Amino acid sequence: MTLPTRDDLIDFVYHEARVIDEGRFDEWLELWGSDSYYWMPLDYQQDNPKNMTSLMYEDAFLRKLRVERLNGLRTFSQKPKSRCSHVLNRPSIEAFDPKAGQFITRTAVHYVETRLDDQFLLAATVHHHFEMVEDELKIKLKRVDLLNCDAAFGNIQLFI
Amino acid sequence: MTMKYKDNPQAVADLVRPAEVHRDLYIDDEVFALEMKHLFASTWVYVGHESQVPNAGDYFATDVAAQPILLARHTDGEVYVLHNRCPHKGTKIVIDRTGNTGKFFRCPYHAWSFRTNGKLLAIPLKKGYKDTGFEQSEAGQSGLPPVGAVKNYRGFIFVRMNQEGISFEEFFGGSLSSLDNMVDRSPVGKLEVAGPPLRYMHNCNWKMLVDNQTDTCHPMVAHESSAGTAVEIWESIEKDENTKTPMAMEVIAPFMSPYEFFEDMGIRTWPNGHGHTGVHHSIHSDYSAIPGYLEMMVEAYGEERAKAILGENRHNTVYFPNIMIKGPIQQLRVFIPLAANKTLVESYIFRLVDAPDMLLERTAMYNRLINAPTSIVGHDDLEMYERAQEGLHSQELEWVNVQRLYDADEDLDEEAVENGTTERQMRNQFHAWKKFVVASMEAEARDLTDA
Repeated sequence: MTLPTRDDLIDFVYHEARVIDEGRFDEWLELWGSDSYYWMPLDYQQDNPKNMTSLMYEDAFLRKLRVERLNGLRTFSQKPKSRCSHVLNRPSIEAFDPKAGQFITRTAVHYVETRLDDQFLLAATVHHHFEMVEDELKIKLKRVDLLNCDAAFGNIQLFI
Repeated sequence: MTMKYKDNPQAVADLVRPAEVHRDLYIDDEVFALEMKHLFASTWVYVGHESQVPNAGDYFATDVAAQPILLARHTDGEVYVLHNRCPHKGTKIVIDRTGNTGKFFRCPYHAWSFRTNGKLLAIPLKKGYKDTGFEQSEAGQSGLPPVGAVKNYRGFIFVRMNQEGISFEEFFGGSLSSLDNMVDRSPVGKLEVAGPPLRYMHNCNWKMLVDNQTDTCHPMVAHESSAGTAVEIWESIEKDENTKTPMAMEVIAPFMSPYEFFEDMGIRTWPNGHGHTGVHHSIHSDYSAIPGYLEMMVEAYGEERAKAILGENRHNTVYFPNIMIKGPIQQLRVFIPLAANKTLVESYIFRLVDAPDMLLERTAMYNRLINAPTSIVGHDDLEMYERAQEGLHSQELEWVNVQRLYDADEDLDEEAVENGTTERQMRNQFHAWKKFVVASMEAEARDLTDA
């Protein structure tokens, strides 16, 4: 079995952010492993995605739905489309355990999203949990903790 | 600025016609100030749930009628609703949304302290007030003042800001059956708030959100991009007899139901602006049964009663003026008015005490899929509201239409069940809006004359 290097993990995180920023969402869907989740908790240090509300907790079906919707003709909140920009701090390796198949990075992110005359900035800490699927690195869990998770937001329409 | 509506109840009354309402109800700052003072102060407004303050000293802070309010659990076990304002200099006593203050509140500015029922406890260096007439002053007498009236209805805490006014029972009448159904769905008749609420800022008037709760002609249009796409994706996936419909599909697909589905579901209205969609069935009717739940309910209530409770699938119940509940999934949304063009929406979910966890899992999923600032359903709703808030600034057209299935003989002071696409419930809300605002303005005018 091919193993990832530490640099592979770091490069992946930068690559993923770029794919989102460039609106290559179909490509983004391919970065995920089986039974994988995109999780954005609502509560500070939330430990369970199911027994309380989250902002997002999305499996492959829901991620695909989001991306297909962005491409749709009657997606009114995306006329005109939103754009986004990620600024990433260098990811740190939080776990690198080939035996257990555990690879985790932590990345501090500043995220800007814009549409029409509005633009907003969010700060987040992002944990990527990876797995190897047929010798390819894939996301198993992406956890996005917003610095101001308890604030009232307007629409957040793309992916942090 | 000349005042067009203040001290002019007739001008306010003229804003609401039987089947159309003037745009100033949505965009005018003066009307907004009047409705805070006259509507939100004279009706029963939801504050919070008792499970948010389970222990003595627990508090929860929010806004009612654009005023800072505090809900506190006193040592006697009662929940008190107080003005969150130090009688000394005006400082808000608590600034965080929730917490425990111990045996008393202590103002962080000059350390005046108050019992958790609001009574003044102590003032440092009190001798400085000796012989000053302080005892006769507002500050010396008031403590943290209670609101006009409080009602804890099966754990849900409502207030009337005014001392005098309509009773809780008269105001809500038969509409309380929706809250009853939500609570009865717990085998022990008890709910608990589960986690923090979603908080979603809307740059639109609060009434647009309330109108939307019983607007059954928008889901298949505004939500085609989310629900319609979900159905398309699901249909394109290869399935066999073992393929289970995912919970997310059960939640989102019914939004694409045809007009006939919504027509047949029915709408019921009650006097004073309350009403609900989903009389006969609703988008919540066809959820999969949760293993073991029915058995628990039968055990608790007997078969007939348990089936009656679970057979009720009301969709959205509006408690006028500004909350909506979904009994079948234990959700409550509060539309907190901040300005004519600004509304904070908080969406809470509840755990049914002693019921299977999977019910809460589905409710949490519903909340984030439909009502989060990150929700693809919520995105399109907010887009519609904000477009309307901007569109209403056109000087060419003055009225917002609520005429669908209007009958000139309709009596909104009578309970009725009608076709599920009627805008009767919207008319009912505006009828109540006019009734309470105008009555309060007229009472104020009489008081001024008497004085």
